[in-house]
Amino acid sequence: MMEGLDDGPDFLSEEDRGLKAINVDLQSDAALQVDISDALSERDKVKFTVHTKSSLPNFKQNEFSVVRQHEEFIWLHDSFIENEDYAGYIIPPAPPRPDFDASREKLQKLGEGEGSMTKEEFTKMKQELEAEYLAIFKKTVAMHEVFLCRVAAHPILRKDLNFHVFLEYNQDLSVRGKNKKEKLEDFFKNMVKSADGVIVSGVKDVDDFFEHERTFLLEYHNRVKDASAKSDRMTRSHKSAADDYNRIGSSLYALGTQDSTDICKFFLKVSELFDKTRKIEARVSADEDLKLSDLLKYYLRESQAAKDLLYRRSRSLVDYENANKALDKARAKNKDVLQAETSQQLCCQKFEKISESAKQELIDFKTRRVAAFRKNLVELAELELKHAKVSFVT
Amino acid sequence: MAAEREPPPLGDGKPTDFEELEDGEDLFTSTVSTLESSPSSPEPAGLAEDISTNSNGPKPAEVVLDDDREDLFAEATEEVSLDSPEREPILSSEPSPAVTPVTPTTLIAPRIESKSLSAPVIFDRSREEIEEEANGDVFDIEIGVSDPEKVGDGMNAYMAYRVTTKTSLSMFSKSEFSVKRRFSDFLGLHSKLASKYLHVGYIVPPAPEKSIVGMTKVKVGKEDSSSTEFVEKRRAALERYLQRTVKHPTLLQDPDLRQFLESSELPRAVNTQALSGAGILRMVNKAADAVNKMTIKMNESDAWFEEKQQQFENLDQQLRKLHASVEALVCHRKELSANTAAFAKSAAMLGNSEDHTALSRALSQLAEVEEKIDQLHQEQAFADFYMFSELLSDYIRLIAAVKHYVIHLQGVFDHRMKCWQKWEDAQITLLKKRETEAKMMVANKPDKIQQAKNEIREWEAKVQQGERDFEQISKTIRKEVGRFEKERVKDFKTVIIKYLESLVQTQQQLIKYWEAFLPEAKAIA
Repeated sequence: MMEGLDDGPDFLSEEDRGLKAINVDLQSDAALQVDISDALSERDKVKFTVHTKSSLPNFKQNEFSVVRQHEEFIWLHDSFIENEDYAGYIIPPAPPRPDFDASREKLQKLGEGEGSMTKEEFTKMKQELEAEYLAIFKKTVAMHEVFLCRVAAHPILRKDLNFHVFLEYNQDLSVRGKNKKEKLEDFFKNMVKSADGVIVSGVKDVDDFFEHERTFLLEYHNRVKDASAKSDRMTRSHKSAADDYNRIGSSLYALGTQDSTDICKFFLKVSELFDKTRKIEARVSADEDLKLSDLLKYYLRESQAAKDLLYRRSRSLVDYENANKALDKARAKNKDVLQAETSQQLCCQKFEKISESAKQELIDFKTRRVAAFRKNLVELAELELKHAKVSFVT
Repeated sequence: MAAEREPPPLGDGKPTDFEELEDGEDLFTSTVSTLESSPSSPEPAGLAEDISTNSNGPKPAEVVLDDDREDLFAEATEEVSLDSPEREPILSSEPSPAVTPVTPTTLIAPRIESKSLSAPVIFDRSREEIEEEANGDVFDIEIGVSDPEKVGDGMNAYMAYRVTTKTSLSMFSKSEFSVKRRFSDFLGLHSKLASKYLHVGYIVPPAPEKSIVGMTKVKVGKEDSSSTEFVEKRRAALERYLQRTVKHPTLLQDPDLRQFLESSELPRAVNTQALSGAGILRMVNKAADAVNKMTIKMNESDAWFEEKQQQFENLDQQLRKLHASVEALVCHRKELSANTAAFAKSAAMLGNSEDHTALSRALSQLAEVEEKIDQLHQEQAFADFYMFSELLSDYIRLIAAVKHYVIHLQGVFDHRMKCWQKWEDAQITLLKKRETEAKMMVANKPDKIQQAKNEIREWEAKVQQGERDFEQISKTIRKEVGRFEKERVKDFKTVIIKYLESLVQTQQQLIKYWEAFLPEAKAIA
C-alpha cells in the first residue's frame, strides 16, 4: 500500500499506521496490559516491578504489581518451552541476562585512575559512564518488558496458568537458578536437539509453505546473526570516536586555559564545540544501537524461536510418519494394532495441531517483523537526520 | 667610562647601545683590521657565499657542527663572530651611525640597521616601513611538493618529488618553476640552513624525520596501501617543511634555499646522517647539557628565558596530549569506516534473503546508505589526520627546537658573563701593575705594562664583541620567538577552521543520505 510518497508528513495516516504497528506487536486490547513500571538495580541483581492491568476474571484485582527478578522470567519462559501444548507456537524469546559487568569495570577503572587526570576530565568521564550504565539499564528493562508484552498479546499463551501466577503471586516464586546438574542436563538436551534437528531437517516437507519457510528462516537467521554482530561493532566504534572527541575537547580546554591571549580564547571556543559534537555523536551511536543493533538482536532471537517451532513440527512429522510405519507393521503382524492406532492417531493430531498453529504463527512473525523493521528504520533515519541537522547548525 | 660599564640589560635601553658603539669605534677599527679580506657587501645573501669562499682561520666550524658546538662553549667567541653572516653588515654600516635602511633586497640588514640609528624617532618609523616591506614581499611565494616518483630499482631506489615554486619576488629569476628533489636533498638543505642560522638564534624549521622501515618498503616495491600512505605522508610533510621555511623572512634570503628551489642540478648531499631534525636537536642537546652544568647567575634577562622555557614546556605537554587524542580519533574513525562497510554488506545480504519485497528493498537501500557513510568516514579520517594530527606533530617538534634555542642562548649569556669577568680582572691587574710601577718610581718593565694594556684592550674588544653578539642573538631570539608564536596562532587557527569546515561538510552529506533513505523506509507496508 503506497503511503504518502512524500510530499509532506502525512500525519493522520502515519499515526494510524504507527499505532497499528505497535498494536500488532504488543497489547491488542485492554483485557490484559502488562508493563514494567519500575526497576531497581542492586549490587548484582535487578528487581523489576511488573505492573498488570486487567479486566479478566481470572485475577483477584483489576490492577496490581509484583516484584520479579531475571531468574523468574527465565523460569516462566522455560515453562512455556517444556509445555507440550505450546509446541505449535513461537515462544517469545527470553530476555537476556542484565549485564552490567562491563560498565561496572569501567567505573572501577575510572575510580582507580582518578589521580591521573584533571578534575574536569574526571567529572566528564564519570558522567559519561553513568549515562552508559543508565542506558544499559533502560535496555534491559525494555527487553524484559517486551517479553511480557508478547506473552500477554498471544491469544493462547496469555491464558497460561504459570503466567498468571507470575503476574499475581506477590511473594517470591522461589525459583532457584539451575544447579550444576540441571545445567549439564540442559547442555546435553541441547546437543541432542541440534543433532536431531539436523536429521529431521533432512526430511523433505510435504507442505510447500513450510518448506519455503524452513529454507527462508535458516538463511535469514544466519544473516541476521551476521548483521547484528557487524552492527554492534559499528556502534561500538562510533562510541569510541565520540569518546575521543571528549578527550580532544578536554585537551583543547587545557590549552585554552594557559593564558588569555587570542589563541587561547579560540581554543576554548573550539573545545566547547568539540564537547557539543561529542554529545551529539554519542547520541547518534546510542540511537543506532537502539534502533538498529537491538532490532537485529531481537530478531535474531525471534528467528531462532521460529526455527525451534519448525523443528518441533518436523519432529512431530517424523513421529507421525514413524507411527504410520509402526501401524502398518502392526497391521501386518496383526499384533497390538489398537495400540499402534492410538499412538498413530495421537501423532497425527499433534502434527496437525502444530501445523495449523505454526502456519499462523509464522505469518504473524512475518507481519511483526516487517512492522518492527519499518518502525525502527524510520525512527533511525529520522533521528540520524535530526542529529545531523543539529550538529550542522552548531 | 669603560670601567663603570656593566653588561647592559637585555632588550631595553637601546640608547645605551648607540653610546657603546660610538665609544668603541676605535676598538672597532682594530678588530676590523684583524679580519681577513671580506668584501663588505651589505647583502647577507652574498655574505654566505663569501664566507664559504673565504679562507678564514676558524672555517671548519661550518661543516662539522659537532666540534663547533663544544668549542663554542669552551673558549673564544671568535668563531661566532666571524662566521655569523650578520657580522658584516654591522661592520660595514658601523662607521656611519646615522645610516638609513638599505636596498629592499636586503631584508635582514634593515633589522640590524635599525639598531644603529641614533634617533629613536627615525628608528620607529623605519622599523614600521621595514616591517611593511617585509610583510608585503615575503609572503608572495607559494611552494608545492607533488608527484612522488620512484627512481631506480632495488635498494638504490629513491623517491623523487617535484618541487614547484610560484612567486613574484624579484630575487628569483623566473616567476614559476619546478625541480625534482629527493629526500636527502631536503635534509641537505636543512643542514646548510641550520649550520648558518642556528647558532645565531634563528629558529630553523626542523626537517621531516628519516624512516628506514618506510623507505625500505617503498624501495622493495611493496605496492600496498601502507607504503603509498607513507609516501603521501612524507610528501605532505616535505611540503609543510618548505612552506614553513620560506615563510621565515631571513631564511628566504638564503642562497642555498634559492638554489634548492631553482637549480635543476643539485650536488648530492652527503652526510645526511645526523642532519635530520632529530639529529640537529641531539647536537644542540649535547651543547645544552654542557651549558647546564655551568652555574649561571640569575639576572632579569634570565627571568624572561626561564618563563619562556616553562611556557614551552607546558605547551609541549599539552600538544602531546592533544596529539595522542587526535591520533586515537583517526584510528577509531578508520575502524568505524571498516565496520560500517562490513555492516553495509551484511545488511545487503539480509535484504536479499528477506522475502517481503518492500522491506527487502528498504534494507538494500539501508545498505547503500551505510556504504556511502563509510566513504564519508574514510574521507573524514583522512582530513583528521592530514590537517589536525600532522599539524600537531609538526608543532611538537618545532617547540622542542625552540626550547633548545632558549637554553642555547643562556649558554651564550653565560659565556659573555665570563668574558666580562675576565675583562674586569684584566683591568684590576693593570691597575695593580700601575701601582707597583708608581711605587718603584722606575719605569721598570714598561713592556709588562704595555702587555697588560694590550691584554685589557683585547678583553675589552672581546667583551664588546660579545656584547654585540649577545645583543644581536638575544634580539633575534626574541623576535623569532615572537614570530613563532604569531605563526603558531595563525597556523592553528587556519587549520582548525578548515578541519571544522570538513566536519560540517560531513554532516551535510549525512543529512542528504538519510533524507534519501527515509521515504524508502516509510514505504515498507
